[in-house]
Amino acid sequence: MTWTIENVKEGLTAKKISARELVADFYERIEARNAELNAYLALAPERAYAQADKIDALLAAGKPLPALGGVPVAIKDVISTRGTVSTCGSKILQNYVPPYDATAVARLEEAGAIILGKTNCDEFAMGSSNENSAYGPVKNPIALDRVPGGSSGGSAAVVAAGLAVASLGTDTGGSIRQPGALCGIPAMMGSYGRVSRYGLIAFASSLDRIGPLANSVKDVAAVLQTIAGRDPNDSTSTTAPVPVYTEEITKPVKGMRIGIPRDYFAEGMDSGVRDKVEKGIELLKKLGCQPVDIRMPHTDYAIAAYYIIATAEASSNLARYDGVRFGLRVEGDSLIGMYRKTRGAGFGAEVKRRIVLGTYVLSAGYYDAYYLKGQKVRALIARDFREAFQRVDAIVTPTSPIPAFKLGEKTDDPLQMYLADIYTVTGSLAGVPGISVPCGKVCGTLPVGLQLFGPAFGESAILRLAHAFEQAGGAEL
Amino acid sequence: MKISREEVVRVAELAYLELSETELETYRAQIDEILEYIGKLNELDTAHVEPMAQVLTDDQTADATLREDTVVPCGIATEVLKQAPDPEPPFFRVPKVIERSGE
Repeated sequence: MTWTIENVKEGLTAKKISARELVADFYERIEARNAELNAYLALAPERAYAQADKIDALLAAGKPLPALGGVPVAIKDVISTRGTVSTCGSKILQNYVPPYDATAVARLEEAGAIILGKTNCDEFAMGSSNENSAYGPVKNPIALDRVPGGSSGGSAAVVAAGLAVASLGTDTGGSIRQPGALCGIPAMMGSYGRVSRYGLIAFASSLDRIGPLANSVKDVAAVLQTIAGRDPNDSTSTTAPVPVYTEEITKPVKGMRIGIPRDYFAEGMDSGVRDKVEKGIELLKKLGCQPVDIRMPHTDYAIAAYYIIATAEASSNLARYDGVRFGLRVEGDSLIGMYRKTRGAGFGAEVKRRIVLGTYVLSAGYYDAYYLKGQKVRALIARDFREAFQRVDAIVTPTSPIPAFKLGEKTDDPLQMYLADIYTVTGSLAGVPGISVPCGKVCGTLPVGLQLFGPAFGESAILRLAHAFEQAGGAEL
Repeated sequence: MKISREEVVRVAELAYLELSETELETYRAQIDEILEYIGKLNELDTAHVEPMAQVLTDDQTADATLREDTVVPCGIATEVLKQAPDPEPPFFRVPKVIERSGE
């Protein structure tokens, strides 16, 4: 069976199962499957059962369940959870126990959700396959010899495998949407500023976003609803009002204008993926959407700009891992020696590569040629989006140019791995919201994702389209 | 070649990052390839483009920049110090950095 917020709440309200039994049932299945999938890094049974008891007490008292009452969820390991080890998929934080909860986590729990545990990811969310985790790769539950995508690979895998009803991931250049696509579930990043980043262990602060993965667009909307909105602890979380997404998704899509950027359909796309996405566009047309041919002329420069900006910000953010306040310490012959040895031993290859690249593009003599240039190209990409949204309500693209690839297939060639982020990084740089929704399967089993971008704070429009697409059988194309 | 071995050594020094000989050469070659690719940005004339450091406009974060400066106790100092590799409450201890003159 496919788990949804609705069927969990129905089961609990009808007293078919107690929240405590439900949690035990999830942990039993996690126990049975996690050795194979490697999707959970840590479980939080004490916290989960304590929350389950609160939900059972509500039910016993005949009180209504809150929005996510009794819903078992999983949290990506780069998001802080008080009292539960949060490693970020890194050896440098192997034993780190956050002393506070991320705002998104606190809001989920206040809404009644039950936090089951922490999910595996690429180290500090740097990767597109989950193979950069210090704790081993996650397997795609649909095809065990393939990657689940990344960096939120664990968060996608646990939902796709029925080991959580929904999860939180983080997206810097595609890290929610791409694993959602490769594991065949809807997955969304809201606009930059829509969800508080307080407690999100930073990779690239101008790009990082927390967002939901679930088995239905409706559930994605419900989780986003819960975590969205202003937080005094994050000065970049906006005061823009949060619409009622769960109502917004039911509004009609007829007459909506969908932009098809021909620059995204140029080259490098798997033919099977292209075929499914074109069928997806046909389905949107059948639903009454109007396709509009648009140009986004700077698309081809997005990967280059992204890998300058993201690595520059990462090199700065990761300076905090110095063996003093938290995490690993490796003694050296001096304070500087201790820093150097700690960081050399604690970080994995991809993180080191990005720290070197990011430090280089910020260093004297190269700042203008790389970092400043990257920021200027970012402005051009943002302008492409602004201009497009004067003509259309949403932009439709594939989420990933390829379906889930074999484990180990791309690990030796970082540039090839980066190039696969082409359709997702543009929206990351522009700060707009994006959702990936299942759009058929290639080779009979491997899911394809259709991506919808909306204008800044236009989450309602893309949720509505994604919901209509899903209800019309988009996943079965 | 975009980046030399010496430049990787220098950057690793700046980042306080110890790298083995093998790592130095592997990352140099990989980063060289990435920088070569990034070079395509020079096809774009950006002389009159303002750099974009972040996506939000001032009105979207207006109240954030001018909030009341009030003290809110958080009371987690003990828990924070527990995460340190070498705590000496209420301090973090680090290897000695200052030598006394005459010692």
